Amino acid sequence: MAPRKPSVMRPARDVAVVAFGQTDHLRTTDELSEVEMLMPVLHQVLAATGLRTSDIGFTCSGSCDYLAGRAFSFTMALDGVGAWPPISESHVEMDGAWALYEAWVKLQTGEADTALVYSYGKSSPGSVRDVLTRQLDPYYLAPLWPDSVALAALQAQALIDAGETDEPALAGVARRSRADATANSHAQLSGSVAQGEYVVRPLRTGDCPPVGDGAAAVILVAGERARDLCERPAWIRGIDHRVEAHGLGVRDLTDSPSTRLAAERAGVFERPVDTAELHAPFTSQEIVLRKALRIGDDVTVNPSGGALAANPMMAAGLIRIGEAAARIHRGASHRAVAHATSGPCLQQNLVALLEGDAR
Amino acid sequence: MGKEPVAVVGIGQTKHVAARRDVSIAGLVREAAQRALRDAELTWADIDAVVIGKAPDFFEGVMMPELYLADALGAVGKPMLRVHTAGSVGGSTALVAANLVAGRVHGTVLTLAFEKQSESNAMWGLSLPIPFQQPLLAGAGGFFAPHVRAYMRRTGAPETVGSLVAYKDRRNALKNPYAHLHEHDITLEKVQASPMLWDPIRYSETCPSSDGACAMVLTDRAGAARSPRPPAWMHGGAMRSEPTLFAGKDFVSPQAGKDCAADVYRQAGIAEPRREIDAVEMYVPFSWYEPMWLENLGFAAEGEGWKLTESGVTELDGDLPVNMSGGVLSTNPIGASGMIRFAEAALQVRGQAGEHQVEGARRALGHAYGGGAQFFSMWLVGAAPPAT
Amino acid sequence: MTSAPVPEVLRAPLVVEFPFTRSLGPVQSAFLTGLRERTVLGVKTGDGRTLVPPVEYDPATAEEIRDLVEVGDTGTVTTWAWNHEPRRAQPLGTPFAWVLVKLDGADTALLHALDAPGPDAVRTGMRVRIRWAAERVGAITDIACFEPYDGDGAPQESAPHSGEFTDPVTGIGAPARLDYTYAPGRAQTAYINALSEQRTVGERCPACRKVYVPPRGACPTCGVATAERVEVGPRGTVTTYCIVNIKAKNLDIEVPYVYAHIALDGADLALHARIAGIPYDEVRMGLRVEPVWTEGGRFPDHYRPTGEPDADYDTYKELI
Repeated sequence: MAPRKPSVMRPARDVAVVAFGQTDHLRTTDELSEVEMLMPVLHQVLAATGLRTSDIGFTCSGSCDYLAGRAFSFTMALDGVGAWPPISESHVEMDGAWALYEAWVKLQTGEADTALVYSYGKSSPGSVRDVLTRQLDPYYLAPLWPDSVALAALQAQALIDAGETDEPALAGVARRSRADATANSHAQLSGSVAQGEYVVRPLRTGDCPPVGDGAAAVILVAGERARDLCERPAWIRGIDHRVEAHGLGVRDLTDSPSTRLAAERAGVFERPVDTAELHAPFTSQEIVLRKALRIGDDVTVNPSGGALAANPMMAAGLIRIGEAAARIHRGASHRAVAHATSGPCLQQNLVALLEGDAR
Repeated sequence: MGKEPVAVVGIGQTKHVAARRDVSIAGLVREAAQRALRDAELTWADIDAVVIGKAPDFFEGVMMPELYLADALGAVGKPMLRVHTAGSVGGSTALVAANLVAGRVHGTVLTLAFEKQSESNAMWGLSLPIPFQQPLLAGAGGFFAPHVRAYMRRTGAPETVGSLVAYKDRRNALKNPYAHLHEHDITLEKVQASPMLWDPIRYSETCPSSDGACAMVLTDRAGAARSPRPPAWMHGGAMRSEPTLFAGKDFVSPQAGKDCAADVYRQAGIAEPRREIDAVEMYVPFSWYEPMWLENLGFAAEGEGWKLTESGVTELDGDLPVNMSGGVLSTNPIGASGMIRFAEAALQVRGQAGEHQVEGARRALGHAYGGGAQFFSMWLVGAAPPAT
Repeated sequence: MTSAPVPEVLRAPLVVEFPFTRSLGPVQSAFLTGLRERTVLGVKTGDGRTLVPPVEYDPATAEEIRDLVEVGDTGTVTTWAWNHEPRRAQPLGTPFAWVLVKLDGADTALLHALDAPGPDAVRTGMRVRIRWAAERVGAITDIACFEPYDGDGAPQESAPHSGEFTDPVTGIGAPARLDYTYAPGRAQTAYINALSEQRTVGERCPACRKVYVPPRGACPTCGVATAERVEVGPRGTVTTYCIVNIKAKNLDIEVPYVYAHIALDGADLALHARIAGIPYDEVRMGLRVEPVWTEGGRFPDHYRPTGEPDADYDTYKELI
């Protein structure tokens, strides 16, 4: 990775997450089309703020055609928004965390003061392990069909070889996450979950995220207005994202320099955080992220249960930001870091730093 | 503190062809990006972030291909965003990149859009069979042709107008070394004698399927001051979306298109687009969309767009040249088509459009649309910096 | 109109399959052609590292890299994962290890499969060598897999290579198949089920009162759920159309034929269908039509004229 030393980026405009909503995350949702699954969540965040679609200055969504098996699948999801009269709107073929980033940028320009961000993913129609092989180098990797668990397992073994973790420690991450998820009514997997058999060794079923469907939405507001719409807004003090080289063989799989770089630029290291919502679909990835983000034992990590409790593809990253914000909304956190990832073995990472008003 | 002014200081595209068999997907995008960097006299190290766009991933069969393309686009260690707004994506991608500069998040951004349609078959990607749904009955043109007929019915336009557009755009393409179709022996008679595929749309009034990429370097005021060539300045940019299908939708002149143009003109301080804009590069996949968009974008009163086309106003040497590059009718790498429109508008006001340069072009509009005529993105660029 | 109980949700297999064709460019062409010739090539970066597999652009500097070198067919495992249940199209059909292997002479690792008797026989740092596929075509699968190798571990120097071979491979076929189960959701299920009784049932928006056919579960302009079912048609009006003169793939319909937008009576937007039972050049906007069903058809086969007088333009112009 190219040596770059970004300074902390201070946003010109204060922008806050003022509302967050998510569906219950389920193994299958056959009875619902994507828009039928998404719409209640959109209504939820609008109701929470008292805003109507016509009050929203910018709308941005994240989703992925390959999950649905259909081109342009996002166009029909727009039905749930009520885009009439026409709206200022955009879409990323990425996790909704990056849709939130695009919306945050839009608010930075001053062209909009409020933004609706949503994302959704149904992993149930296809085999997500196989689908994800299609995002690999199409010449050297995709023809081998290495599935997402296999790649994560290579990373986990590298961590074990480096002495950074072992199977009992990974089981501990799994246990803690599912135990914490009992407090999260939307979680797909919670409570006492057996570590199970190997899926791809060294990863067991307990180390892997559940496969499921879900959606999430967030409302962003710039400036003082945020305080009118939310008792305790979650201010985005910094947000940044970075990508790494694609090839697994050229990366140090035990580290996440892109996460560290994004965190530096977002200002995460300036003062301690109390909460971290990390998008670590596999237990081993939490180990990598903790190191990159310099998270100590005094930080509450994934109180929602994280992606090990619910991992709706394309929404799970946005949900990390939403969960961190919701914790600030209810006064359980003052300064939180939220993280989202994309690509094989944490190739691309986004970091957001959220703060509540001092009390 | 207002927005940071945004300048286009580098533009690059590939020579668009039916199939680029000599390069990988990375090689294709790299070629356009490298040309844009060379135009700006910048290196990969000068780029702070990369914003990439393309249409559905099924076209190449690579899910989220930006992950694999990060190395080729010098994005390693940098932010990379992937936009997808259907056919308008090339334009939307440029606007997202412009916002990074306008919002002072980054100083210099590379934006790029591409499609390598030869890796599969565009019709396959566009019409994957969906269980329980009736198969598409008529191919690509079958979606558009009924709307063209509705336009003709509404305006009384003579049926020759479509052929005039095709004849003009294909002649313009002959002056553009990057255009896909170079039909040196084109005549109006040949266009009019070409087979009627989806009556009222003839073969020669349809677009090709291309492999191609387009890239631009966008930068802030400080970056523009270092630019070796005149920059194009962004005076306005907007996106608008409306639902795919809804009761009361006007497919001939969608409200989202009108609203998008109005927003851009407001930002740019334009009261009379017909008089104040010198050149227009619009997304015309079937020839009849030129008169339709002329009305939708406010260059002609409702029902009058075809008269501009018929009277030669939109010719390269006309009073309001449209699709100087040869347009989508001559070049169509779907995901890149919108950005090529935006880039052509910028080339014109920079005075860099070569043989298809509109003399003295000071302000130009770039336009893209997609989905079921539901997603619109546009920008207006000028030779002079925007008034601040 | 009724708010019927939710019937069982429909599901059907959806296969997304295409034989993609990929052009390679010079570096990838040399590498894959080399595999066909049992020769492994890497590429040198500006700072002297050797990348295997060779990429076209240096991940660290973004520079274009073209200097090829030949490396060994033996190497060292840098990490591994035991795959006890191989999935479709993976390199081996029996349990194997996924491995990253740093070939002798290379500075980076290549992903592939390792054929080993079991996980206890695999460790990081173990020596392996390429097992070549019997038939090689110029693809990453020309490496059938790696196998354990107990020969000497002396790292070899990479030697410059022109990358030139006779009859180079310039492209690969990349067939891909993904299997999905498609479920259209509540609103469309109800619509499809009604069609099987030769009825067309839309849904009315509770806010704007517009009737959507086919229903999509939401009113796209109001952004609210629709639930109230409304039977529309069966007759309707042609709002606009085109005459199709080219045969669409996989469609057994004689050309020319008319493809029309039809506003069914009671619906607030048009659906698309074929018109028959009238010469194609006599179809017109405003023509009144009705559905024609065929035995076992899921949709009306086509629409035909009813014989009623044409609808006045003003009655349907908002539906075009």
